[in-house]
Amino acid sequence: MFESASELSHHFAALRSRADFWSLRHVRELGEHYRVRRSVALPPAFGDDSGAMLTARIAGVEAYAATSDLTQAGLQAALERAEHLARALAGHALLEVRELPVPTGAADDVAPGYERPLDGPAHWFEVLGAESTRVPRDARLVDWSAGLGVHCVEQIYLNSAGACLRRAQRFVYPALSVTASDGHDSQTRSLGGFNFGQQGGAEVVDRLGLVGAAPRIADEALQLLLAPNTPSGPLDLLLMPDQMVLQIHESIGHPLELDRILGDERNYAGTSFVRLEDFGRYQYGSPLLDVTFDPGRPEELASYRHDDDGTPAQREYLIRRGILQRPLGGALSQLRSGLPGVANSRACSWNRAPIDRMANLNVEPGDRSLAQLIGGIERGILMSTNRSWSIDDARNKFQFGCEWGQLIENGELKGVVKNPNYRGISAHFWRNLAAVGDASTVEVLGTPYCGKGEPNQAVRVGHASPACVFKNIDVFGGAA
Amino acid sequence: MDAREHFHALLDSLRPLLRADEGFTLDYRAEDSEFVRFNRAQVRQAGQVRQIFATLALYLGERHARFELSLTGTAGEDRARLCHALERLRAVVPALAPDPYLRLNREPWRSESAEPGTMPDNTVVIGQIVDAGAGLDLVGIYAAGPQYQGFASSWGALGWHAASSFNVDWSLFHANGQAVKSAYAGQHWDASTFARRMASAREQLEYLGRPALTLAPGDYRAYLAPAALDEILDLLSGSFSAQALASGASPLQRLFAGSARLSPLLTLDERIAGGLAPAFTGEGPRQDLRLLAGGLPGERLVGSRSAAEYGLTANGAGAHEHPLSPVMAGGDLDEGDILSRLDTGLYIGNLWYLNFSDRPAGRLTGMTRFATFWVENGRLQAPVNTMRFDDSVFSFLGPHLEALTREPETILPAGTYGARQSGSRTLPGALLGRFTLTL
Repeated sequence: MFESASELSHHFAALRSRADFWSLRHVRELGEHYRVRRSVALPPAFGDDSGAMLTARIAGVEAYAATSDLTQAGLQAALERAEHLARALAGHALLEVRELPVPTGAADDVAPGYERPLDGPAHWFEVLGAESTRVPRDARLVDWSAGLGVHCVEQIYLNSAGACLRRAQRFVYPALSVTASDGHDSQTRSLGGFNFGQQGGAEVVDRLGLVGAAPRIADEALQLLLAPNTPSGPLDLLLMPDQMVLQIHESIGHPLELDRILGDERNYAGTSFVRLEDFGRYQYGSPLLDVTFDPGRPEELASYRHDDDGTPAQREYLIRRGILQRPLGGALSQLRSGLPGVANSRACSWNRAPIDRMANLNVEPGDRSLAQLIGGIERGILMSTNRSWSIDDARNKFQFGCEWGQLIENGELKGVVKNPNYRGISAHFWRNLAAVGDASTVEVLGTPYCGKGEPNQAVRVGHASPACVFKNIDVFGGAA
Repeated sequence: MDAREHFHALLDSLRPLLRADEGFTLDYRAEDSEFVRFNRAQVRQAGQVRQIFATLALYLGERHARFELSLTGTAGEDRARLCHALERLRAVVPALAPDPYLRLNREPWRSESAEPGTMPDNTVVIGQIVDAGAGLDLVGIYAAGPQYQGFASSWGALGWHAASSFNVDWSLFHANGQAVKSAYAGQHWDASTFARRMASAREQLEYLGRPALTLAPGDYRAYLAPAALDEILDLLSGSFSAQALASGASPLQRLFAGSARLSPLLTLDERIAGGLAPAFTGEGPRQDLRLLAGGLPGERLVGSRSAAEYGLTANGAGAHEHPLSPVMAGGDLDEGDILSRLDTGLYIGNLWYLNFSDRPAGRLTGMTRFATFWVENGRLQAPVNTMRFDDSVFSFLGPHLEALTREPETILPAGTYGARQSGSRTLPGALLGRFTLTL
């Protein structure tokens, strides 16, 4: 662990600079990917990516230079490029950051179990291969896949004020999917994949329930192929956690990113329907809605002690009893806006600069069991497992689709329906929150593919959520 | 070290390490990029990124695995990293199961191209952008610099592609929140061309100052500018994949199965010349392919793995089987006649955040974004507030496609996930008799 720390510290101490402040953020990411598709093992892929970003602050202007050359000369050259650019920007810079505080502490943030080794390729190919062969032989099952991705990431942050912040994490992404097709229609059912990832080790695969799941997943894909389309019209909507994560992500997470509200993202990721003056007073959702920024849940993807600018992270309510409390804004955005924020200045790797990102963004549990949630619905639909997402650039008008739909009539689950979609407007949708599942319905999920920023960055975000019921939502199916 | 020399130095150090029964491929991608973000016509964030990545694949009979690693650009250190990667692969590959779908191209092909650009110092460009944006609410990014791609195999394949380019991708915002999007990309920066594009954007911004209309959901006549059609083609880029078509994942599977049709106005080629993407992939030299011919299905994009799995013939498509430089044929609609032929309906400058409502049915949804106007009797009336569409390509690019503009426009991607995206799409604008808005 932190193999290069000593050499890096030595190099950093030897850097020469005329900047007022400078920092180095080193990231090393080791990856391994295994996949068995249609019962054939694909060639495994491994990765070892390391590099560093040097940042220089001169007369209140900051610039960066990133390099994969970690020699003394390589780091010195990168720092000089950053300095040159910071000087060249004088007079053109939007921000004056002289007052931006710099971290000074030292801390090691090592995720629980990080040093416990994982099994190697032979073991995982055996597990995935066995699961792949559990998919029943049926000509309509045209594609199926079982996979596992493991990423170990170590980061070292050093600065000219003496800070030394080190972090080591392991991310695990198990996945299973089966596609059924009759030559005209196709339906896919999945478990894990792009909306499930956690920190940890082999226990993450167990928590997903991957082993032994293939026959059920295949059966559900075949059920969907034979199912009628989802009916159109207003219905009460029960969203399971593997769709709630997407709903939280797109229509709470992104709109609350403070750099969007400050206009940085208007050319790409977009802006927000939320205004600076809304914090502390805006009725975002019904009084049942409590949303937290929670960096302390060990298995969740974005748990950490400091963000990538070195700000200490702690749990905060973003929405409490439906009222908007604070934005997702790191130290720089807090300085720009005068608003309180959270420690969410994050970068995807060494070659991209930190900006305001989601991290762990969770809906807090309520007091209803799943049976009570279903029992409280007279005419509605359960939707599970996101498969489609689209929302406007202000994060307001959305349309989402799921893999699995099941009608609810008079408090009971009824028939399966395919192509379940729904649409709404964020500013109104959360006010229709009518019931929140208790802790027994909570799942800890997340995705490594949250995209944003210029240049573009995809980061890991975690979302934990209970199942939730929304009243009177515009629901519809696919093509006839 | 010069990138080409670096790539060859890696090959020279790798070849002697291989044993008689081993084979390799080496994929090389590097860039030296300037990134400058703007907000409110000033620099929000700026930096440089120098990165070099190589992917080494080791083959032992029908067993293989690959290892992607970052490199430093210094020969000694990188030789050691490559050697370490090779040893890691040697520890794994012998124990793997044979891959029944391994059909590696073992021809000794060669392809080499270099497209040097001319770009001023980034501080000069920053000054020009800031000056041009004075008094305007400009937000966007300037990305520029050289990029390198190399590929080689122990069977004698050797591909090299070097190109320098820039891409300014920006929006001008009106105080009412409406915006117009512009781009200037290429290989030879010309300040007067940039100034003309900025002037054109300023002109459109004036229209955006009019009170915006909110439309009711329903069916409308519409014109999709090339940038809007580009978003649709982006979502459909996996449609021609042989694997996607065989596994029920292609939104055009009904077209290829013969149960749905597209407009006979649509002809789409994967064309190498002028496309700004390398003429090779890890599968070998790319081929010119006709993907749609008068609305009928043409070639599939077939990688060697799909060829083996589904009994097809590989045609140089990369492993992802996506077109890298598609070109859609133009039609008979002159630029000057767009508004008069539209008559009354929507002029849509861009679309945004597209996804599928029903993939097998080719049904898509997405948002209007940037410079979308209501047109009446052939005259721009007012900007339109953001609207959602939800419609099938077999409808709006089927019987409801009325015309395509005569001169297709080449659009260079501004995407920078992991690395600056290469390639291009060349597309006309599309006049639609019916386009369905839902929210």
